[in-house]
Amino acid sequence: MEKILEVKDLRISFHTFSGEVQAIRGVNFDLYYGETLAIVGESGSGKSVTTKSIMRLLPENNSEIKSGQILFDGKDLTKLKDKDMQKIRGKDISMIFQDPMTSLNPTMKIGNQIMEPLIKHQNMSRHAAKERAIDLLKLVGIPKPEIRVDQYPHQFSGGMRQRVVIAIALACNPKVLIADEPTTALDVTIQAQILELMKDLQKKIDTSIIFITHDLGVVANVADRVAVMYGGKIVEIGTADEIFYNPQHPYTWGLISSMPDMDTDDEELFSIPGTPPDLLEPPKGDAFAPRNPYVMKIDLEQEPPFFKVSDTHYAATWLLHPDAPKVEPPEAVKRRQSQYQGTVGVGNGVALEKDKFPGKKEGK
Amino acid sequence: MVKYILQRVGYMIITLFIVTTLTFFLMKLIPGSPFNNFEKLTEVQREILLDKYGLNEPLPVQYYQYMVNMVKGDLGISFQFDNTPVTKLIANRIGPSAQLGLQAMIVGAVLGIFLGVIAALKQNTWIDYGSTFIAVVGKSVPSFIFAGLLQYYVSVKLGWLPVMLWKGPEYTILPTIALAMFPISIAARFMRTEMIEVLGSDYITLARAKGASRWQISVKHALRNALIPVVTVMGPLAVSLMTGSLVIEQIFGIPGLGEQFVKSINMNDYPVIMGTNILFAVLFVVVILIVDILYGIIDPRIRISGGKAK
Amino acid sequence: MSNKDISISKDMFAPAHIDPSKSEKIAKPSLNFWQDSWLRVRKNKGAVVSMVILGILIIMAFVGPMITPYTYDNQNTKHNNLPPRIQGIENVHWLPFDGTLARRDGTVYNAYEVRKVDAYYWFGTDNLGRDQFARIWKGTQVSLFIAFMAALVDMAIGVAYGAISGYLGGKTDSIMQRIIEVIVGIPNLIVVVLMILVLKPGIIPIIIALTITGWTSMARVVRAQVLKFKGQEFVLAAKTLGASNSSIIFKHMIPNMFGVIIINTMFSIPNAIFFEAFLSFIGLGLQEPHASLGTLVNSGFKSMIAFPYQMIIPSIIIALIMVCFNLVADGLRDALDPKMRD
Repeated sequence: MEKILEVKDLRISFHTFSGEVQAIRGVNFDLYYGETLAIVGESGSGKSVTTKSIMRLLPENNSEIKSGQILFDGKDLTKLKDKDMQKIRGKDISMIFQDPMTSLNPTMKIGNQIMEPLIKHQNMSRHAAKERAIDLLKLVGIPKPEIRVDQYPHQFSGGMRQRVVIAIALACNPKVLIADEPTTALDVTIQAQILELMKDLQKKIDTSIIFITHDLGVVANVADRVAVMYGGKIVEIGTADEIFYNPQHPYTWGLISSMPDMDTDDEELFSIPGTPPDLLEPPKGDAFAPRNPYVMKIDLEQEPPFFKVSDTHYAATWLLHPDAPKVEPPEAVKRRQSQYQGTVGVGNGVALEKDKFPGKKEGK
Repeated sequence: MVKYILQRVGYMIITLFIVTTLTFFLMKLIPGSPFNNFEKLTEVQREILLDKYGLNEPLPVQYYQYMVNMVKGDLGISFQFDNTPVTKLIANRIGPSAQLGLQAMIVGAVLGIFLGVIAALKQNTWIDYGSTFIAVVGKSVPSFIFAGLLQYYVSVKLGWLPVMLWKGPEYTILPTIALAMFPISIAARFMRTEMIEVLGSDYITLARAKGASRWQISVKHALRNALIPVVTVMGPLAVSLMTGSLVIEQIFGIPGLGEQFVKSINMNDYPVIMGTNILFAVLFVVVILIVDILYGIIDPRIRISGGKAK
Repeated sequence: MSNKDISISKDMFAPAHIDPSKSEKIAKPSLNFWQDSWLRVRKNKGAVVSMVILGILIIMAFVGPMITPYTYDNQNTKHNNLPPRIQGIENVHWLPFDGTLARRDGTVYNAYEVRKVDAYYWFGTDNLGRDQFARIWKGTQVSLFIAFMAALVDMAIGVAYGAISGYLGGKTDSIMQRIIEVIVGIPNLIVVVLMILVLKPGIIPIIIALTITGWTSMARVVRAQVLKFKGQEFVLAAKTLGASNSSIIFKHMIPNMFGVIIINTMFSIPNAIFFEAFLSFIGLGLQEPHASLGTLVNSGFKSMIAFPYQMIIPSIIIALIMVCFNLVADGLRDALDPKMRD
């Protein structure tokens, strides 16, 4: 498969009053033609920052790309001039945002907002652009697009607005579509509709999608591959099946255990104890060590490298080192692993007592 | 929207009724006589004088008469200025005041919005700090202090512009600047805050994600949204200009309403004081109403939902 | 991205123990409302400098008239219109305190030597030969007194009105709010002028005129706060414990709105100073021999061309007071407004 986008050793810092926040600390991943890559992680893990940096939408006055490359079509996006970047935004790479209630300009007609990228990137006449806007509204499933096109955002419901945002993003048939938690702010029923719509549209216009979310349920629904981020780094990356049925990183274990599961009668929801690391002073070893129930001395000393699990599956945890003790993953993970054929790395080790982690599922 | 406007007009009429009534009775309470040398006149002369101005009638009758006349557009006759009708006095004077007020309003709004926008676009640079400094000084220091200092340094010391009077465009420069300082600073501050808020909003990020240029984003998306709330401060600003112009006209010897008003205060010319007061009150409520309606017109959210906002 | 082999000793893979309490450490020491606010105000350099300047000006308003040998109302026509001269720095000619004046043709002369006056008037004298130094500080005192009194009265009326209106709610509230709406609809310029005309100019009438419409903004702010607090648990708790209405308002609610009350008051002080000066300009200010900053600036205007110091010095003082009060008020708002708190 051919790569459309390559992110290499990306490091991004924010300069704040309290000091330098190292939001992204060496992120590597590739995006292939036509695939959907989900980036999963809790708030502050750096998933939004990574994608915003692909679009170069980070605030200019306080953010800095310390090192790394973002290769798109052979061009390094981090080095492009503002003018050249504007030609890529909305045309080759476009984006859908989290909150449809605030992401449309309240004083501009819907039609004009969809027409803007068409006029800018495809030199369409206003008339042709409007025709296309109506087609796009139809495509994203908005009834009576001829009337809707002349209305203002406040006349649309949340789900409808997100459809409009999707229409804007798809206006120029982008090669890459970045969806930053596009369903988080919506009702559950609407969420499903939007996800269906996105899957449907991907088939129609053949675009690659980077899908950011903290909701593993959504990931299972849409993703071909999954990257799990923690503390400004990718800690595990693999195909959706590999991540769901054979996770290796204890953080991924935690995420999977905290998913509500219909099949079991567990009364309590699992949560990962502790708080995300302070990226003002990133910890010396593994950023996840303080919250890791399987923590080893080396976790506190050295950052783990990526260990290869399969050709498509890598995880950055010392537990995969040949010298590491074999540990028992949580029940939920074990159940999933047993469903997966090529079971790897399940042996004896420190047993995890469930009572250790009372509490609720962490929000957001 | 129509219902909303009607309701507002209703309030307006109540307010104006209260203002005129209050003005009328308070003027009657003022000790002393409006006429010069009233004590030295003979009984007959006094009677004639009082009769002439209808001051012999019982108070309720006078009040009724005044209100009826006012609705007809008659504000009485001046005690001091050769029996001229008050409306005529006001009409003669309103030109310079209106010109000065409009000039100051336009200069204030345009400069203020400009300063606020560049301060927001160049946040935390010396342009921003400079504009904030101007805004703080302009907001705090009264217009008559600016007037005095400008008059002394620009006209007296440097001799660049005429010191006072109202004889041509160059005479209007200093009073306009002095009067415009307050609107400039208020508009600049408000604009800066609004602009920064808008620039940080999601739809601006989406506009950037669409590939819009910096200019398109600032003007097409941000400026328009930031301008809408700024309209709301224009009403109170226009009102503050009325207050300011009273003193500015005095300082620069401008033959406007304010100067006339101050003169009539010093000469106890009650009908003129009352008439000017009522005019100010009408202007005040009308300006506020116009601004509110304007706000409804330019903001599509209020336009459609029928002015329920606020 | 591959399985690099690093030489790591086996014992590194032993389980480590992490103290859970460490990962939940509390970063900030806890501060009470006033300590926290003070820390925030202190960061705002403009506000701190303004506080210092205001402090000096307020002290001078009381001490100033006493440290000159002249009184503010003593006339000495032989010494009228003398420019400022200060012992010690009278020979520093780039400072405006060398006792010189400029004639119309631009020549500069020493007024004290020409008129053979052996005295030092630090800020000069006015057209009746009264000491400007004493008059200016006396005027500052009067202006500040008027402003503080007006602000205090506004606060008292506004807090009471707003608290009653918000707390009682229902019909009472809507009637009280309609009254406010009408009062706000009347331009305060008109009310102030009318009140002064009726009451005759003087310190007390000016205060009354300023407060008659000035309290409305405070009332609105307090009402909004009371409405907010009314549904909150601590008020309900006090109610269930049998606290009376007045003790709920004064003991439980008002202490929680000190912030907004102070901010509002800080903004109404410069406003009152402005209106006092404004009244002097339209001939409704204090009467001679009393002085306020407004009357001083106003009479300074009349002799501005020949004796600019009579206008400039009080103008600078009034401008300084206004700027400082505004900066302090801004600083306090940023510090006390809970919406800005992170």
